[in-house]
Amino acid sequence: MQRRTVIAGGGAALLAPVSAMADGLVLPPELPDGTRQIARAANLPGKTRLLRLADRPPNYATPTDVFADTITPNDRFFVRYHIDAVPTPPPIDDWVLTIGGEAAVQDARLKWDDLLDLPQVGVVAVCQCAGNRRGLCVPHVAGVQWGDGAMGCAEWRGPRLSDVLRVARIKAGAVEIYVGGADSPPVPGPPAFRKSIPLAKAMDDDTIIAISMNDAPLPLLNGYPARLVVPGWTGTYWMKHLNRIEISATPLANFWMKTAYRVPAGLFPVQQPFASQASETSAPITEMVVNSIIADPVEGGEVERSGFTVSGVAWDRGTGIRRVEVSLDDGKTWLDTLLDRPLGPYAYRRFSLDTGFLRRGQYRLFSRATSNAGERQSDVLKANPGGYHNNVPRGISVTVV
Amino acid sequence: MRAGAGVILALLLCRAAMAADAPAPLKPGEGAEATSGYCNACHTSDYIVMNSVFLSPAAWKAEVTKMRTAFGAQIDDGVAAEIAAYLAANYGVAAKP
Repeated sequence: MQRRTVIAGGGAALLAPVSAMADGLVLPPELPDGTRQIARAANLPGKTRLLRLADRPPNYATPTDVFADTITPNDRFFVRYHIDAVPTPPPIDDWVLTIGGEAAVQDARLKWDDLLDLPQVGVVAVCQCAGNRRGLCVPHVAGVQWGDGAMGCAEWRGPRLSDVLRVARIKAGAVEIYVGGADSPPVPGPPAFRKSIPLAKAMDDDTIIAISMNDAPLPLLNGYPARLVVPGWTGTYWMKHLNRIEISATPLANFWMKTAYRVPAGLFPVQQPFASQASETSAPITEMVVNSIIADPVEGGEVERSGFTVSGVAWDRGTGIRRVEVSLDDGKTWLDTLLDRPLGPYAYRRFSLDTGFLRRGQYRLFSRATSNAGERQSDVLKANPGGYHNNVPRGISVTVV
Repeated sequence: MRAGAGVILALLLCRAAMAADAPAPLKPGEGAEATSGYCNACHTSDYIVMNSVFLSPAAWKAEVTKMRTAFGAQIDDGVAAEIAAYLAANYGVAAKP
């Protein structure tokens, strides 16, 4: 049994040197000092007790203890906007999704009911911001200083993107699908947030337009009424408030594709390169890397020497997780954990380990996942300018009492 | 040139119905007023505090440049230099020798 003194706040004074508190939420000690100053717990419309990193634009992280469960509840799901522009959605009967572009045979306008008429597909998938754990990178790099909470796993449901594209019909020569959302900049200046994905990924049976999240409408702050779901790929492609799709014969050339969200060429090998967006020196960030997190106990927690359960989740780009190891001795030795039944290749897979008896003292715990493709979390940080893909095994400190 | 009142008003009118928190106060110093005014026109200045203290003067200058070139912030050269200098002095680390 774990004593939840940290969450309750009872151990705050004792633990202050190692883990700062934000209104009872635990902040990783690895975060920059400035981040630890401004982060705090916050409630929002439809959201309960997230970790506020910024309110304009809204950037709120999911607390780590939420990842003790495989499905992240909608009201705890993280929020990430580039620009301070959460749209006010129209009445659902007035909502329109336009489809067009130079490589579309015809333009199309789909109403909400039209989406409902298409076959509905469910996929359990992790949505993870490309910059998750950026704040834990050493040396630190500029950007939103996320700890572990710019991610979540939900069951997304809606029509396949491919079925929607077929309404407009795709010309030979189509290369990319551009997507745009209703969160347009509040003043002229910022580049409209538009992204693209390669045609092959758009036609993947698992790529859907989600109109439901965990059997409920999407929360406004997660893209209501509809968002793109690109399983296995980082969240930057999961366009929220989706309202515009273009079928294009040319690569999208804008700030969000050509400058932002890129990684050095070859640093992170992927299964399906985004060839139309690659350059000699860099490539767009696409497939997630294998990763895991301990959610229970949490940083700074107190646990019983009679034994406790270490649990958390692991995920990757969609091959599935075959092994998660936990270290109780600062990474010196590793123990295999039990894995729950998988909810699908793109979902979190829960792991757990019963420690058995331990001596009193300070312990440093780590988890380390291996995917079905044999890929294992990196032993050393692959530093890159965006602070992306930080999948070094994540350590937390606990006290056995 | 200071951030136009009209721009700020437009921002306020455009904002979705979500209450904004007051940003953490910035450290007093030369350039603090311009930094707060221009940066808060589009995003909370908490972004500055969040990204401290680890950026070099050159990195802070690059951030200001990014806001002007990529994000269209209307800041003239003189004010941009003032903001970059303020950020480096108050939220930056010394340039590497």
